[in-house]
Amino acid sequence: MIFAILQRIGQMVFVMAGISMLVFLIFFGTPGVDPAARIAGRNASPEVLEAVRISFGFDQPFYVQYLTMMKKIFITGDLTSFVNRGWKVVPAVLDTIPVTLSLVIGAAVLWVVFSIIIGVLAAAYRDTWIDKLLMILGLIGISMPVYWLGEVMNLITQSRFHDTWMFSWVPPLGYKPFSEDPKGWFLTLIIPWFTLSILYIGLYGRILRASITEALQEDYIRTARAKGLSETRILLRHALRTSLISFVTLFGLDFGALVGGSALLTEVVFGLQGVGKLTFDALQNLDLPVIMTTVLYASFFVVLANAIVDVVYILLDPRVRTQ
Amino acid sequence: MILQVRDLAISFRTERGIVRVLDGVNFDVDQGELLGIVGESGSGKTVTVLAVMGLITDPNAIIEGSIKYKGLELVGMKQREMRHLRGSQIAMIFQDPMTALTPVYTIGWQIAEQILTHQKVSRKQAWFQAIDLLEEVGIPKPSEAVHRYPHQLSGGMRQRAVIAMALTCNPTLLVADEPTTALDVTVQAQILDLLRNLQNKHGSSIIFITHDLGVMAELADRVMVMYAGRIVERADKTALFADPRHPYTLALLDSIPPLDGPRPDRLRSIAGSPPSLLILPKGCAFAPRCPQRLSICDDAKPPLIGGAHAAACILPSAQ
Repeated sequence: MIFAILQRIGQMVFVMAGISMLVFLIFFGTPGVDPAARIAGRNASPEVLEAVRISFGFDQPFYVQYLTMMKKIFITGDLTSFVNRGWKVVPAVLDTIPVTLSLVIGAAVLWVVFSIIIGVLAAAYRDTWIDKLLMILGLIGISMPVYWLGEVMNLITQSRFHDTWMFSWVPPLGYKPFSEDPKGWFLTLIIPWFTLSILYIGLYGRILRASITEALQEDYIRTARAKGLSETRILLRHALRTSLISFVTLFGLDFGALVGGSALLTEVVFGLQGVGKLTFDALQNLDLPVIMTTVLYASFFVVLANAIVDVVYILLDPRVRTQ
Repeated sequence: MILQVRDLAISFRTERGIVRVLDGVNFDVDQGELLGIVGESGSGKTVTVLAVMGLITDPNAIIEGSIKYKGLELVGMKQREMRHLRGSQIAMIFQDPMTALTPVYTIGWQIAEQILTHQKVSRKQAWFQAIDLLEEVGIPKPSEAVHRYPHQLSGGMRQRAVIAMALTCNPTLLVADEPTTALDVTVQAQILDLLRNLQNKHGSSIIFITHDLGVMAELADRVMVMYAGRIVERADKTALFADPRHPYTLALLDSIPPLDGPRPDRLRSIAGSPPSLLILPKGCAFAPRCPQRLSICDDAKPPLIGGAHAAACILPSAQ
């Protein structure tokens, strides 16, 4: 098992190196475009252009350029945004990571807990009104666009009902670091957490219901009944347990993508300075070093999340373990 | 008398009307007896034992008649009460050991789970019991095998594990639904030996389903032949093989290849196919395929008559 996990981590490093090369080539190897001009931004003076060219080694071969870039991002961390005049990119990205992680991890906890409750309840009471009600609620959750839901939440909690007993506790928009103000951190994030997770609660609840229902048709469920186990135990220990394998796969993909910046809409709506928001701003300014760094960061998180999923997989499903 | 089944009839509500899959089934199982049920697919063997186990959970199923286990009526019994019998007093071995075990738990865990459900013992004791059981069913190195997952065992070993699981609480009645069908021949023989030994040792009664008459001849005390949801013949094993009375039983025995003499060009088979349960004939269900059919066969279903050796056929030779 240890070997399987090490092997997976090795693969992860390999894939990440590949992604960084690919991203580098897309940004700097595109024929007919001067990367120095792109990095320097719009209306850059010839002096700035020259400085960029030397700083990034654009007068040298490709592999040197690539290595220079990687050194600037990972080792010295002094990649500079020229659009924003000397802004250090790497610390800026690092600053946004806790915000995005706080948002996404909290939402993930909510969506895992609630979708399991919904999926199990719907499967236990399948074809009754409980099942139908939960599935319709799930569908509604999936159908609501997150930016709309976020704005409605803001309208309700920040404006219309803010002065009533229900939502007077909601602090103004923005992020409070956990280390400075844990209570504030929690309160500011509650609404964003729910907003982000509702789609996933609906989606995962429906998927889990389907996969538990399918598992309940399996022969081993009949064996479990023949053993005289209670229906609850059969449902939770046998049907749910085997259904979690597909659940985890999906979770890894969604979680990785969200940490990598897909929570952008939620971040913008709630004024959270996360990775998504940073990428969004960088795209508007065509701030190439920032875009490059966040894209790399995002892809690394997707790969990392997948590697973690594979490890969890090894723990969940003995059939995946190599002998 | 361990089990007494009277006028058992099972129907399913389907989109195309009510399908009666089992009709007028009567049989008894004595203490320590091995009752064999033979029949082709769809003859109602499996549904009969599932009814005994209380495992027909389909809300569209209608179960009529009476199944008495040690005088206790099982038809209509609450699932909660039935659960206490299942796995402790009445246990079942399934056809396909490949899919009968939950893939994500070790063999030991699954056996201990059943022990813990029915007995007041500690986790550790249950675990040691599981090891003992695995040893009893002939799994080599049982203390290592308890840590194996189902996919790490061969088919024969898995079936042994399933049997060990069924034996956890020393069941009075063991139901085996084609336990050797999915295994290869040498393993089949081992599993049959094992079942016979266990029966001798524990004195359990066994209901054994198979479509293999050879297995039946070797193992059963009494045999029940089923066709299209009814019992067509019921007799002691020796009587049945020596003097088959129902034309269907006769045809089944005829289709066994002879062990000596020249090999026949083609094995004898029964012409036609079993009737659809949706449109059962009014008369004897076997009549359309019967070589000795008479015109009165189409009029009414022949009842199962005769004492120890009973057959459901109007032919004089069957009486």
